[in-house]
Amino acid sequence: MAWTKNVLRVNLAAGTCTPEPLNMTWAQEYLGQRGLATKYFVSEVDPKVDPFSPENKLIFVTGPLTGTMAATGGRYSVITKGPLTGAIACSNSGGYFGAELKFAGWDMVIFEGASPKPVYLLVTDGQAELVDASDLWGKTVWETEEHIRKVHQDPQVRVAAIGRAGENRVLYAAIVNDLHRAAGRSGVGAVMGSKNLKAVAVRGTRTDAYRLADPEAFIAATEAGKKALAANGVTGQGLPTYGTQVLMNVINELGALPTRNHRDVQFEGAQAISGEAMHQKRATDGKPNLVTRGACFGCTIACGRISRMDPGHFTIKDKPQYQGASGGVEYEAAWALGAANGVSDLEALTYANYLCNEDGFDPISFGATVGAAMELYDLGILKKEEVGFEIPFGSAEAMVKLAEMTAKGEGFGREIGLGSKRLCAKYGRPELSMTVKGLEFPAYDSRALQGMGLAYATSNRGACHLRGYMVSPEVLGIPQKMEPQATEGKAAMLKAFQDLTAVVDSSGLCLFTTFAWGLPDIQSQIQAACEGDWSPEHLLLVGERIWNMEREFNLAAGLTGKDDKLPPRLMNEPAKTGPQKGAVSKLDVMLPEYYQVRGWTADGVPTADTRRRLGI
Amino acid sequence: MQKSLHLDPNKCTGCLQCEMACAWENYRSFTTAKSRIKVFTFHHEGRFVPYTCTQCDEAWCMIACPVDAIHLDAATGAKVVREATCVGCKVCTIACPFGTINYVSQTGKVQKCDLCDGAPACAKACPTGAITYVDADWTGFGKMRHWAGRTDTNAATA
Repeated sequence: MAWTKNVLRVNLAAGTCTPEPLNMTWAQEYLGQRGLATKYFVSEVDPKVDPFSPENKLIFVTGPLTGTMAATGGRYSVITKGPLTGAIACSNSGGYFGAELKFAGWDMVIFEGASPKPVYLLVTDGQAELVDASDLWGKTVWETEEHIRKVHQDPQVRVAAIGRAGENRVLYAAIVNDLHRAAGRSGVGAVMGSKNLKAVAVRGTRTDAYRLADPEAFIAATEAGKKALAANGVTGQGLPTYGTQVLMNVINELGALPTRNHRDVQFEGAQAISGEAMHQKRATDGKPNLVTRGACFGCTIACGRISRMDPGHFTIKDKPQYQGASGGVEYEAAWALGAANGVSDLEALTYANYLCNEDGFDPISFGATVGAAMELYDLGILKKEEVGFEIPFGSAEAMVKLAEMTAKGEGFGREIGLGSKRLCAKYGRPELSMTVKGLEFPAYDSRALQGMGLAYATSNRGACHLRGYMVSPEVLGIPQKMEPQATEGKAAMLKAFQDLTAVVDSSGLCLFTTFAWGLPDIQSQIQAACEGDWSPEHLLLVGERIWNMEREFNLAAGLTGKDDKLPPRLMNEPAKTGPQKGAVSKLDVMLPEYYQVRGWTADGVPTADTRRRLGI
Repeated sequence: MQKSLHLDPNKCTGCLQCEMACAWENYRSFTTAKSRIKVFTFHHEGRFVPYTCTQCDEAWCMIACPVDAIHLDAATGAKVVREATCVGCKVCTIACPFGTINYVSQTGKVQKCDLCDGAPACAKACPTGAITYVDADWTGFGKMRHWAGRTDTNAATA
């Protein structure tokens, strides 16, 4: 079977690393990765825990298809209670780290307590030890990986680390692996920092780490899967050519691109920061921003962007360390660092994105928080003297300066590091924070895409596009076209997306496969890898169980149905331009229906019947 | 006709499907650490480069082996390690100028690419065509064709 059946429990306070067998009953009920680790988490952690207290735990977890030839089978997740939201935090990353952990023979690593001094965990197959990281504290993610490889004389070790943002408890600090892949959202890096845990370094060489249930069926199913990805327009052409940045012009033309802290729904500079622009030769040096595309482990899509900046750009003119190639902007990052602030300088966005990778913080929450700060500044509420310089909408200089300050915890960067909700509350304008449950929106406007609005409002980790990507039906027509402004049928479609997404996030696969793969394609791969019943019906039940388990944790943590809401701007201020002009969110119409479809009470609480049906 | 692995770094995305396929072929495991082909990332150049044995005609490893454990597969041209004969002395790993033959502590033998008896698993698994298995005498064909296409034949077609 595709689980290693081994859990590594690391007590950071005591400095111990103890193996234990995986709970296989739970594996059958929650599959792996997001679902299985969340089951461990909710069973062991008090929902009321302060995210930064030692009683909070931090779990690194792979899925049964992580470290297999299944296309995109390299994902891992980090589960904890998030400091930005106070809700369950589950952040998913690609790169090579997850597969390496699997090859070392571990399904998950559970970190408990807090270390009295900085440490990193070194895992070499069955061996695990905590190593002093005093020399690494204050170093970036990039320096940390280089240092660990050098010290252990092993260039093949894979490293997931926090940068200075995680150390400084930027509330949206990320955990970055393989230099530019990130468990990016909801502040998992800040929790890691609070535990004095600098990095997890892994080398996995075991050939007996796990066994597939039916190897021949697995090879056949994964080969069919790869063919389907190659044949699909999105996964076979759009994403390989433009990355997720294929969306920038599409979403802008649809009038769904939140701009300047959601004041507008179209950005006049969208073209300049789009995937197409990344291919174009720059006027300055005659070279394009994009160097090549890069894949995560096992991925036959390869949507990752590798960029090289104009060495003469004002941000890096005297900084040779940023003049080589590195991870370029994805759509959400380009939106947050660009449209959300009105900044249309692609090179500045790329630089800020490098900083996010280098020091480990989420470009979405960072960019959106800068957007909020710029609006406060525009309204005259936030003064130049408090920031130290002028921060008008559209200023690339201001945006990159704030990025530099935020990671290091310098000056006004400290305020930016607390996120949009706390920033706007501090200046007496909480309604200007474009967040749900404290998490900043990504790059789709709730007024333009009604289903996305519902998805944001009900997502278990706050405003996240990756819990139920209603852009698929509302923009791309996958699996069927739904009108952006329609409300009918959106609740049921969203529930199906959320449950399926929970399955994918628990499998080790990347969600992007679902542009091409339906449940049967995913099911055949899971069934061939894992023993037990993994019928489509069972998988959807697992997905629904995971969704409700997360919901119950959030309710026990103190959130209620009243938190399933969108900022007043999206409910009351109509979209100003474009095809969705005049639209506001119709969340009020969709939410009661959603609760009903979910089998929840009118207050958003799973009913006794629902709990019984799901066995939670 | 003899064939040869042809590696085109420009097409490589670093997905490691080739490494998994190689490990699967030889170990029934996807553990890339056991692969005989490796993809190297040159991050700051934005390059991914797959690399493995080129099957030298006068193979240093074969000449250096004191127990004649490495033999020529006449059909494929591959230099193949006979595990039963190999004593794990590692002299071949020193002799090879390219580092493409390596010791495996798990077995106590060395391993190198053997072209999978003429059906290389890495080439089959590569999703981008960065690894192909082509006429050994014409590995330059694709490059030649590329440059041929850029030749100015006459002004009227320009």
